[in-house]
Amino acid sequence: MATRVLVPSGVLGLGFDRVALARGVAARPDIIAIDGGSTDSGPWSLGAGVSKYSRAATKAEWRHLMQARTQAGVPLVIGTAGTCGTDATVDWMYAITAELAAELGQRVRVARLYSSQPNDRIIAALAGGRVHPLDPAPPVDAAAIADLTNIVALAGAEQIQAALATGADIVIAGRTTDTATIAALPLSRGDHPGAAWHGAKIAECGALCSTNPTSGVILVDFDDRGFTVEAMADSALCTPHSVSAHMLYENSDPFRLHEPGGHLDVTGARYRALDARRVRVEGSEWVPGPYSVKLEGARVAGYQTTILAILRAPRYVAAAREWTDKLGSFLRGEIAGRMGLSPADYTLEFRLIGADGALGALESRTGQPVEIGVLGIVTAATQETAAEIGKLINPFVLHYPLTEDEELPTFAFPYSPATTDRGALYEFALNHVMLLDDPMAAFLIVVTEAGA
Amino acid sequence: MRLGDLVLKVRSKNAGPFWLTVDIFCGDADRFARVSAALDTGEVARLFATPRQMLKRFDIADLAVVKISLPRPVVQGSREDRDMHGAQWAHLLEEIDV
Repeated sequence: MATRVLVPSGVLGLGFDRVALARGVAARPDIIAIDGGSTDSGPWSLGAGVSKYSRAATKAEWRHLMQARTQAGVPLVIGTAGTCGTDATVDWMYAITAELAAELGQRVRVARLYSSQPNDRIIAALAGGRVHPLDPAPPVDAAAIADLTNIVALAGAEQIQAALATGADIVIAGRTTDTATIAALPLSRGDHPGAAWHGAKIAECGALCSTNPTSGVILVDFDDRGFTVEAMADSALCTPHSVSAHMLYENSDPFRLHEPGGHLDVTGARYRALDARRVRVEGSEWVPGPYSVKLEGARVAGYQTTILAILRAPRYVAAAREWTDKLGSFLRGEIAGRMGLSPADYTLEFRLIGADGALGALESRTGQPVEIGVLGIVTAATQETAAEIGKLINPFVLHYPLTEDEELPTFAFPYSPATTDRGALYEFALNHVMLLDDPMAAFLIVVTEAGA
Repeated sequence: MRLGDLVLKVRSKNAGPFWLTVDIFCGDADRFARVSAALDTGEVARLFATPRQMLKRFDIADLAVVKISLPRPVVQGSREDRDMHGAQWAHLLEEIDV
C-alpha cells in the first residue's frame, strides 16, 4: 500500500516554512515524522541527559506540529527526543506535549518509547558476548560501562511500529536511528524495504535534499517499487543531483547504511526527475542481517575551567607560542609547588586563537594576525580543583613577561572573573552494537492520555 | 593549482562521533576527472596524520564527487577536540596543490 510521509524539517528546533508545512498537510500524509536530535553537537547532551535546544523553541515548533497532526488526522512521531533520546529527555518532551495539549484543547494518546539502557544490562550483554565493537571503538570492560552516565540504544523501525500499534496519536521516541521514524510505516504497510530505508535517509534532514535546505518540509511517497520525493516550499526543488548527493551527508559510506536488522545498499539506485520538483528513486536494496542495535554512551572525563586572554602587543603576537610554552612550564611548577599536584592530576593547555585554534598540530598555514586569543583550558578530576588551578594561574596569564628584564606586561581579559567553570567534560565512550533476540528486549513503551 | 580554487566546494562533517567524511564537489565531469586522477590518497592521509589504510575513498562520477572518510583525527568532544562539528578540516584539503 502506498504510504505518504510528511517530514517538517531535519530536526525539531531549527524552524520550518509554515506555508510549506500547510501544503504538506493538505497533501493528506499518512504520518508526520520528525527527528529530535543527533550526536552531532557533541557528547554533552547525552552525558548530562538534557536537550541542547531551548524549551521555548521546541515548544513553539511542536505546537505547530500538534496542530498539523489534528488537521491531518494522522500520527505524529518524533525520534531522538530532546537531542540525545535518553529517558529524561523523552519525559521532558512529554511534559511539553502535555502542556500544549492542555493549551490547545486537545486530548491525545501519547506513546513514549524509552531507549535508555541500564548499565547492568550492557555489562551482562558484554559478558554474554552480545556487545561487539565497531571500528574504531573505545576499549570497554564492565568497569568502564558502569562508569557511563547515560547509555542509549538506537531503536529501528520495529520499535516505532510497536509504538504506532498502540493506537497513539503522538509517539515520543527516545534514541532512534535518523531514518527509523520515517521508514517504520512504509515498512509495516509492505512498501519496498530498500525504498523505505533509502527514502527515509534522503528525507531525514528535511529539505537538505533539495535546492533550498532551510525551507524544511519534505513529502515522500513510498510504494512497492520505490519512492518519490518532493519539497513543499515553492523555492525548493528536488533534483536527481540534490537527492542523490544527500547520501554523502554525514555518512562515511555513501552506498551503504546500517540499520537494526540489516543494511541498505543503494549501489543500484536510479534517480530520475519526474518534473522540475520531484525525483523518483528505484533500485535500492535492503539486505537483512542479524538484529543488532547501535549503542551510544558518555562518561565524565573530568571537569574544566577556562581562561581567555587576548594578546595585542605585536611582539607578543609574534612570539605567542613561545610565550605560552614558557608560561605553561612556569605554571606547572607553581601548581606543583603551591597545590602539590603532579602533571598526572590535571592538564593545562593553551590554544592560540588566530594561529591554529581550530586545527592544532595539523594546521599548515602561518601568518601574522593582528591579535591572538590565548584560550587556557584546565581539566582536573573535580570542579573544585580545576577552579583552584584557574585562580592560581589567573595573575600569570595576565602579566607573565616574555623576558626577565622587562616591565610586567598586561594582556586583555574580556570579562571578570577571567576564569569560567565549565562543569563536566563528557566524552563518547561507546561505538558498539548489541545483538537482540527480540527487538523490544531493550526498549519500553508507555502509553498515556494527555490534555483536555 | 589549489584544490579549493579548482572545485565547487570541499565540505567536511562528522559521520558520527568517531568518523570524519570529506566531500569534494568537483562541479563537472572534467574537473572530476582531473581531481580523481590527481588527488593522491596518501597525501590526504598525511594531511590528517592518519595511516593511509584507514582512509575510505569513493570516486563517484555520477555526482562528480570524490569522497574520503577516515576515523576522526580526534574523537568528537574529547579533551583534545577543537572543532566539534569537524567542518574546518575541509580547509586543509582545499589548500593542497593538484
